[in-house]
Amino acid sequence: MKILKVFIIIFLLFSFNNLYANENNERNEITKNLRCLICQGQSVYDSDSDFANSMKILVDKKLDEGLSDKEIYNFFKEKYGDWILYDPRLNKNTYLLWLLPILIFLIGGAIIIKSFILKK
Amino acid sequence: MKNKLILSSTILIFVIIFVVFYKSLKDTNIYTPEVKFNNNIPTFSAEFLLSTDKLSSNTIFERDKYYLLNIWASWCVPCRDEHSLLMNLNKNEKLTLIGMNYKDSKKNAKSFLDELGNPYRKIIVDKNGTTAIEWGAFGVPETFIIYNNKTIKKYIGPLTQENLLEIQNLIK
Repeated sequence: MKILKVFIIIFLLFSFNNLYANENNERNEITKNLRCLICQGQSVYDSDSDFANSMKILVDKKLDEGLSDKEIYNFFKEKYGDWILYDPRLNKNTYLLWLLPILIFLIGGAIIIKSFILKK
Repeated sequence: MKNKLILSSTILIFVIIFVVFYKSLKDTNIYTPEVKFNNNIPTFSAEFLLSTDKLSSNTIFERDKYYLLNIWASWCVPCRDEHSLLMNLNKNEKLTLIGMNYKDSKKNAKSFLDELGNPYRKIIVDKNGTTAIEWGAFGVPETFIIYNNKTIKKYIGPLTQENLLEIQNLIK
């Protein structure tokens, strides 16, 4: 009987944890990828500044209007430029950023292969 | 031969790294959004500060007229500094001044205008800061010059005497 009671208490304790599920999942995903412009180095999600809070309200509003995350990113990009996104799209300013890792990987691979062949 | 190659390439790499770091050392990290001209103004609806009307933006801005939209707040110190310039600009009949009261209480905003004068034809209220974001602003004060529903000029921070002359030349 005692064991049963303990089990019930443990069960109840664990089931109440679920009450703190994240409600604003979609909004959080989006704001994590938006840069706070007045508290640089922080995302809008992390920041509690006035500007970031306004951005959060606006993201909520846009989500209510039924915009997709891509459309919301485009909306902010149009207003503030590429810098507002933490995940910049491929364009003429960022192609080096995108291609450099691939380039380094290829060059490294070439060096490794070459040294292997030379050893043989 | 091989040693020489390694030595020279190491030196080269260090020189490149040095140049890159030295250059970025002098770069400022503070980013201000790129100012885009001839941007269509956003559509929004807002309340007015001094009346209870609610209007959408396309009834505020008419074509073929110059408008100046100034984002201000009573708690913003630089706004106080530029206020005399705005009062000055208000004398120009070609320009209509629209104020946007940013994250402010009505009471404070009104006493600010009572104290320093009201240069604005209309004042819209932006209680939670979202309308300012629609405009691409990120702080106070910011000033936009609007012609034919397009932003033709944007000033971040308080206006200066030079800006004033520039605006007056623009709307001639």
